[in-house]
Amino acid sequence: MSLVRVTNGVTRPAAVTFDVDGVSVSAPAGEPLATALAVAGLLTLRDSPRNGAPRGAFCHMGLCQECVVSVDGRTVQACLTPVRDGMTVNLGGTLK
Amino acid sequence: MTRQADLLVLGAGPAGTEAALAASEAGLDVVLIDEQADAGGQGWRAPLSGLTLPRKGPDAEAGDALRARLAASRVDRRFGRRVWSIGGAFRLDAAGPDGPEAYQAPRLIAATGAHERVVPFPGWTLPGVIGLAGATVLLKAQAVLPGRRVVVAGSGPLLFAVAAGIIAKGGEVAAIVDMDNRLAWAKRLPGLARRFDLLKEGLGWTWSILGARVPFLAGYGVRRATGETELSSVIVGPVDANGAPADGTERSFDCDALAVGHGLVPGGEVPKILRADHFYDRLRGGFIPELDPFGRTTIENLYACGDGTGIRGARPSAAAGRLAGLAAAYDAERLDERTFDALAALSLKALADYRPFADTVAAAMALRPAQVAAITPETIVCRCEDVTRAEIDAAVDAGAGDINQMKHFTRCGMGPCQGRMCGDVAAELVAQRRGVPRDEVGFWTQRVPLRPVPFDTMIGTFDYADIPIPPPAPL
Repeated sequence: MSLVRVTNGVTRPAAVTFDVDGVSVSAPAGEPLATALAVAGLLTLRDSPRNGAPRGAFCHMGLCQECVVSVDGRTVQACLTPVRDGMTVNLGGTLK
Repeated sequence: MTRQADLLVLGAGPAGTEAALAASEAGLDVVLIDEQADAGGQGWRAPLSGLTLPRKGPDAEAGDALRARLAASRVDRRFGRRVWSIGGAFRLDAAGPDGPEAYQAPRLIAATGAHERVVPFPGWTLPGVIGLAGATVLLKAQAVLPGRRVVVAGSGPLLFAVAAGIIAKGGEVAAIVDMDNRLAWAKRLPGLARRFDLLKEGLGWTWSILGARVPFLAGYGVRRATGETELSSVIVGPVDANGAPADGTERSFDCDALAVGHGLVPGGEVPKILRADHFYDRLRGGFIPELDPFGRTTIENLYACGDGTGIRGARPSAAAGRLAGLAAAYDAERLDERTFDALAALSLKALADYRPFADTVAAAMALRPAQVAAITPETIVCRCEDVTRAEIDAAVDAGAGDINQMKHFTRCGMGPCQGRMCGDVAAELVAQRRGVPRDEVGFWTQRVPLRPVPFDTMIGTFDYADIPIPPPAPL
């Protein structure tokens, strides 16, 4: 389903808004994109190259490359990319 | 522009940061480089900028203290840098926030830490399944729960850290599934008791788990994860003391997240690329470099420390880092023998004091051959290339004798994670299929890029006018 931000006693930076395949998504500034997408219910980030099975963020620390997406036309790892206001994210098939 | 220094330290976890501090205090010009936004590594990771938590655990406090000492030091801190190339004696190329960067120094300390091992099972590639170590990053650095209802499964102390972390933050743990039975943990108590502070932390986790009345399945392992496009349930079953599936009733838990891990693998790419001598050590997590007591590799002026040289944990890594930093300063003739001996003695003693605890924890996290042997034929082993266990077995049967031949036959380990996720298990599968010790199948031949980087990141921005056009050759 999705990741869940803890609210009790936690303060976060103000939210920014960005575009994911034409849909507007908000998240606290600086949160890793992989987390922001999963909180928004977008767990599937791409399909695997051979059998086309859905894949999503797995290691959350920059190693496994499962969360590779396209941001403003560049291939990046979503778990290492902080969200910024106005960024444009494309999901799906960037590793095909 | 190439930044020249006396010493480069790659990796700013407890090991690398302590190494950089020790060498800098002895007078070396030190550059400390890391991919993350701040020092601390994965275990002592800094919370996201602007995020405040109501209370801090021991790891957060240790990380804060380390970062405060680093901030007060003369160490040149270069965070948010992805190092992709490394050359002899010693040049690093990195992708930085403003484009390509280069660093050069006569000495290099590799402190690149560890990454998680997940022994594959059907469904481990479904979105919603994440690593235990990844879950700790979400919980500690981001104050995010891995899901609304989480199964926490695998082996080793991270299980309890993650389960307790979810409970402390108000989340729901559907079940804790530990491959070890209670007897295995009882046998470990004497070793764990050697570090009473850490044992106390572990008992605190256990206490909060008991208080939350979470179903706790000791001596169970994940059989499979199911779901259409995302995880929806986890099926678990009993395992024997060696980690092999045992007879008994399977149980199913509905959940939207599975945090799973089976120990850690040393991330020792740098000494491998530079062709330092290595050996296989199952207790320490895999192939690790041959080191002297101070972290000197078999390559002159190349040092290594921390979990990348064998799994020990954050605190022993800090002591090993200090030793490597002192050795680099001594070898650079910035410390006399007496001072070096006196300073090193403290860290050598700390390392020895941690050893029984570290060995006990490492044993709980070591690869279990029987668990690997039980991987079903259709299970994907290499996530990047969708390579199954049956394909790896077929490659061995067709004559692939070592891990590199198997890679050529199957593409296993050839994807963008560069074999980090599958390597340890894939090599074990090859060894088991051939019936030979792990040493004989070896490990991937390590090459650059150290991490995958897009080509435009490597070359930076340029204009056609910047490209020199040589005069045409005479006819």
